[in-house]
Amino acid sequence: MLIRKIEKIVTESHHTKSFYFKGGFDANPGQFVMIWIPGVDEIPMGLSTIGETMGITVHSVGVATEKLHSFNEGDKIGIRGPYGNSFDIQGSKLLVIAGGTGIASLMPVVEVAVKDRDVDVAIGALTKEELLFARRVEDSGANLKLATDDGSEGFHGFVSDLAGDLLSEGDYDQMLTCGPEAMMKKVIELGREHNVRTQVSMERFMRCGIGVCGSCAFDGLRICADGPVFDGEEVYGKGDFNKHRRDPAGKRTPLIPNL
Amino acid sequence: MVDLSTSVGKLQLRNPTMLASGVLGETAELLLRVADSGAGAVVTKSIGLEPREGHPNPTVIEMEHALLNAVGLANPGIEAFKEEMEVATKGAVPVIGSIFGKNVDEFTKLAVKMEEFGATAVELNLSCPHAEGLGHEIGADPKNVEEITKGVKGSVSIPVFPKLTPNVKDIVELADAAAKGGADGVVAINTVRAMAISPEAGMPILANKIGGLSGTAIRPIGVRCVYEIWEEVPIPVIGVGGISTGMDALEYLMAGASAVQIGSGVWIGGPEVFASVCKEIEEFLERNGHSSLNDVLGAAHSC
Repeated sequence: MLIRKIEKIVTESHHTKSFYFKGGFDANPGQFVMIWIPGVDEIPMGLSTIGETMGITVHSVGVATEKLHSFNEGDKIGIRGPYGNSFDIQGSKLLVIAGGTGIASLMPVVEVAVKDRDVDVAIGALTKEELLFARRVEDSGANLKLATDDGSEGFHGFVSDLAGDLLSEGDYDQMLTCGPEAMMKKVIELGREHNVRTQVSMERFMRCGIGVCGSCAFDGLRICADGPVFDGEEVYGKGDFNKHRRDPAGKRTPLIPNL
Repeated sequence: MVDLSTSVGKLQLRNPTMLASGVLGETAELLLRVADSGAGAVVTKSIGLEPREGHPNPTVIEMEHALLNAVGLANPGIEAFKEEMEVATKGAVPVIGSIFGKNVDEFTKLAVKMEEFGATAVELNLSCPHAEGLGHEIGADPKNVEEITKGVKGSVSIPVFPKLTPNVKDIVELADAAAKGGADGVVAINTVRAMAISPEAGMPILANKIGGLSGTAIRPIGVRCVYEIWEEVPIPVIGVGGISTGMDALEYLMAGASAVQIGSGVWIGGPEVFASVCKEIEEFLERNGHSSLNDVLGAAHSC
């Protein structure tokens, strides 16, 4: 277990903060780490920044994330990882589609891809205030497109509908997406319609992070070790996709959005 | 062509590798994937009467050559597990239902259910080292091992395999008690009680503080236990602890195990570890002029 001091905390929205710490390990865009909040819990988090300084971006949704939000710069967290596979960038023109905090797991791949490819990034959120990393996407050199459910910024509606409009106009080679599964399902369907392959980043309750315990079972796949990045077609046909998760006791349970 | 088939009492196996309980065994689709990956049998996660969330994270951490875990018997409860068994038993290999309880009555109820759900055999978890009032807290006492085994044997017709704890002075006493209770075989060993502390955090890493050590580091302990049981107790043994290669498995088989289980070996080897272990055993046997796995079972005792 690697122990790191939190070097910097950035408030991204009223419920989301980014935490930065010195890495000392290599990671690829799309990989995640297990973050230990000593005495409280350990949770999987996608890396939102990869480099000498690593970052995670945390939506406060439960006991562990609330505790992490109460931390100050200088406080210590434990890190295991990085774990899982990573995005496999293909083609020269990419469309990246993020829902809510999904942009956190996509930001590193955007920053890598934009170096030698044409990258459009569509970020969607409920409101303007909850749009994350818009500035960082612009700074990366990618083309930023925004959507809000309430119309307070950019396209008025779901980011998947915005993606549909973009697909009708542009000739994309690949789509990368992370967000609510209902949104990702729509994106895979758009990909089929427009003949564009999609990679999705998935999330489930985890314990080991290393493919052993089976807690993150998604049909016959282990999200932690077979994923978290999958070809859209691989997950689309699964009975659990956009329908079920496993609770900590291992029982198949309806999927609750945003968890 | 080398014959890798084996049997543990009445349980017939196409090869000697089985998925150990606690690894990928909580859901039907992953049990089927392990079966498809080449295991000779699969053992489910240990199931109790009621749903249980287990201990908070961290529950599993990597060590050098080992894993340390205190998952804490998380399971959906026997009634909810029926739907997993319905699907898992449609696979090509036997499904062994692992169960845990706090007394003979609970074990018996669970075993009857597992038989009803189509389990080929039941494994009695008398050895989990990190759950209060369960596992090794019961199974470290030979009297309990005998009584629970006898109770379960009296209420099901499928084979019964108590899984024993190494965290005792003499595991042979436990194997002897299992034999007296009528067990069809014993499984040895469960994880070794252990702890890891983060000096920088100033506390044990596992939320439960104490957990069970598994993986390569504990293989010599498991091999010794199987060897000792084979010498003293006339009962089939399923060897488990730190197997990730064919040569690892052969240590157990030569110590006297009729079959082996692989759990933490999935960490590095993935679900494909069962096929690779079988292939390596087969190659070893061929290289040494054996036509059947039976030729080497217990071989280390004849020296």
